[in-house]
Amino acid sequence: MSEWRFWFNGQRGTLLALAIFIAMFAIYLFNHPAIVNNGFTVQGVGNVLQTAANKGVLLALLAIAQTFVVLTAGIDLSVGMIFVLCNVVASFVLVNNLGAAWGMNLGPVFGPLVGVLIVVLVGVACGAVNGAIVIFGRLQPIVATIATSAVFFGIALWMRPQPGATPDFAKALGKFMLSKFYGVIPASMVFLLILVVLMWIPFRRSVLGRATYAVGSSEPAAYMSGMPIRPAKFLAYVWSGFFSGLGGLYITFVTSSGQADSAAAGTYTLNSIAAVVLGGVSLFGGRGSAIGAIFGALAFLTIKDLMFVLNVDPLYQPLLQGVILLIAVSIGSARLFQVRNRLELFG
Amino acid sequence: MDSTNPLFRMESISKRYGGVRALEKAELTVHAGRVHAILGENGAGKSTLIKIMAGVVAPDEGRMLLDGREVSFADPAAANAAGIVCVFQELSLIPELSVADNIVVSHPPTRFGMIDRRAQRRIAEDALQRAGGGDIHPSTPVRDLPLSRRQIVEIAKALARKPRVLILDEATSALSASDVESIFGVIRRLRDEGVALLYISHRMHEITELADVCTVFRNGRNVETYEAGSKTDEQVVELMIGREYHNVFPPKPVRPEAAKPLLEVRNLTWAPRLNGVSLDVSAGEIVGLGGLDGQGQRELLLALFGVLRGTSGDIFVDGQAVSINSPRQAKDDKIGMALIPEDRKTEGLMLPMAVRDNLSFAAMSLFSRGGIIDRGAEQKAIDEMIRLLAIKTDGIAVPAGSLSGGNQQKVVIAKWLMRKPRIILLNDPTRGIDVGTKQEIYQLLRQLADNGAAIILYSTDYDELIGCCDKVLVMYDGAVKRTLTGAGITEKALIASALNIDSDTQGAGAMRPAAQ
Repeated sequence: MSEWRFWFNGQRGTLLALAIFIAMFAIYLFNHPAIVNNGFTVQGVGNVLQTAANKGVLLALLAIAQTFVVLTAGIDLSVGMIFVLCNVVASFVLVNNLGAAWGMNLGPVFGPLVGVLIVVLVGVACGAVNGAIVIFGRLQPIVATIATSAVFFGIALWMRPQPGATPDFAKALGKFMLSKFYGVIPASMVFLLILVVLMWIPFRRSVLGRATYAVGSSEPAAYMSGMPIRPAKFLAYVWSGFFSGLGGLYITFVTSSGQADSAAAGTYTLNSIAAVVLGGVSLFGGRGSAIGAIFGALAFLTIKDLMFVLNVDPLYQPLLQGVILLIAVSIGSARLFQVRNRLELFG
Repeated sequence: MDSTNPLFRMESISKRYGGVRALEKAELTVHAGRVHAILGENGAGKSTLIKIMAGVVAPDEGRMLLDGREVSFADPAAANAAGIVCVFQELSLIPELSVADNIVVSHPPTRFGMIDRRAQRRIAEDALQRAGGGDIHPSTPVRDLPLSRRQIVEIAKALARKPRVLILDEATSALSASDVESIFGVIRRLRDEGVALLYISHRMHEITELADVCTVFRNGRNVETYEAGSKTDEQVVELMIGREYHNVFPPKPVRPEAAKPLLEVRNLTWAPRLNGVSLDVSAGEIVGLGGLDGQGQRELLLALFGVLRGTSGDIFVDGQAVSINSPRQAKDDKIGMALIPEDRKTEGLMLPMAVRDNLSFAAMSLFSRGGIIDRGAEQKAIDEMIRLLAIKTDGIAVPAGSLSGGNQQKVVIAKWLMRKPRIILLNDPTRGIDVGTKQEIYQLLRQLADNGAAIILYSTDYDELIGCCDKVLVMYDGAVKRTLTGAGITEKALIASALNIDSDTQGAGAMRPAAQ
């Protein structure tokens, strides 16, 4: 009984994000034209889920990226630019016969996989640069990542001044990513689930993962306790770069092209922060989880989609969207109304 | 007890911070199986010595020998690995992690590269049990624990590392008498197991009770090492402050019965922590709050200061009923209240900000017009305070965090005195402060009372209640259980009533409280 209470208290942010998402998605589903017109058919529901998942996974990846850094009480304003840079890189390397220019042909399966690896490595390298600057340069994360994001964007623009892709782009991989299993389960969701199981859960239970939380909660205490502070922080930025890179890879699957789009980068960066907060990750660090952030991202996008199915005048959509987001974020702090000791308001 | 082969030795250790000499050729020899007390005023170099031992700072010169081999520690992790573990005065717990997570924090048990939660739970329960915290649930987040329980967790965490040298730096400062007793039990057992213990405390009677060997530090040097019990308290204190020492507490004036109390509280309730507290404080009176830790004393002060929501009961100031809903209202001239908080680092000071800014925060309205600060008037008020409290600082532009603990506390007190408050609430103001500064604070309190302030002083130190207060209210379970006045304020009466037992029917057995 009491064990459950501790667990519940610890997961409150994540559970709240899940509840908000389910409530919103239910409203969305019941008002979706495909369901309203045809009833709950496997195909209808499957299509709605597939569309939502394909849109949601992208923001979810960036929200996970943001979570790692926010947990250390930092903020990563470069997730959007890493994502754009990786998109551009992917539009060059995701080809069926990588290495053709050097007289090698890696073939239709191995070729794209090496391409995927290169894209991910670029993301990891960007994250490592951020981490190194924050840790060894002792710059504030917000300043460091603003600066590096400009650099990343500059590289992306230099590589691809105009949107486009290599003629030999590997379309098959993208098609598979966006498909669905058994008619209802979106492949992109399965991909995300696998990532969570393979990455997040081991992270949460590793020594470095715990150190990440500790650093965000109280860095001096973590230092005094002899925890690996620097590796934990560095790794947080590397993970952030890794997941931003996956985001860039994913958008390439969707659009089959690369574009150095600074507006998209900025929007995705800010949305990743909104998603993280909605998902119950504390911006003060040390509290929250990537799973919460995923639900935060999905809930965030569902707010947008709700506008659409409820036929809100497009002119008022941003306003209403903002109000709903504010309400949703406020639910998380509703407990402050019960606080009896005013000093706890500032905890 | 092998006196020829010390477990740990520090030889001619020196350390400077900028121009300030913290340690000057200090020596320390630590033997296994002995409790070694380190005494000295704040700023005598004790903390620096400890930090060097624990790998937090590196010495400028000198060497350290462990088992006769020279060692140096790059960081606390290296010192821990060598078996030197420190329970720091500044708590090193991570608030968002659970008690169990914190206890195993540096070396969690792992299986297949991942943290083994079941093993972790076992280690944590075992360590808590040994530290006398069997009542603390290992899954509680540390942020939900009160300060005294956190200190127990801190000790449990140190024990879980199986130390060879265990340093306790003011480790009992927030603990109640019964908790201290159980920690003493732990310390004695560790000593018998052959652990070397370094014990730092400002509470003389704890050192008398526990130590085998004492070393006194003054001005960055070890002035004397002696077998415990070979010197009187007076002699020890003289060694510490380097001058003759008498009478820490100023004399209590004989006051006529006050006609009318300045502050009256009737039936103040904040369930479940406060259950109908009533008290009167007159101008010129120092009223102490006693009792075991956590019986509602802190909540009482916070409730009076308007920090708690949903209190009931009546508060009268000068006979007028008032309602106080925020510190802002409490400090208003109509009420004129000030609270010196318990945790000076979070509730009392903005550590990175200048001493000047810290001093004038609470009194801003006194020297500003239309929202514009009159720098001249501010400067004057600050100079006066620095002189009055003899605050030692390199000017008022340095960050408050750079001052020593005692001087930080003086800044907190000064900041409130600037408003010339009529009612002063103090929450354990001398916790972790050296004897000299304590003495100054006692004198200041008496001086303020003589000038007409009504003072409520909560203290975990019985000597302080006995020496300072005209009246002591002993609290138990959120209510005033007993009022002691004048010569009736004795250690025996305080302890007996703190445990809610009648001192008349109990003999000397009531002197030392057993487990809570």
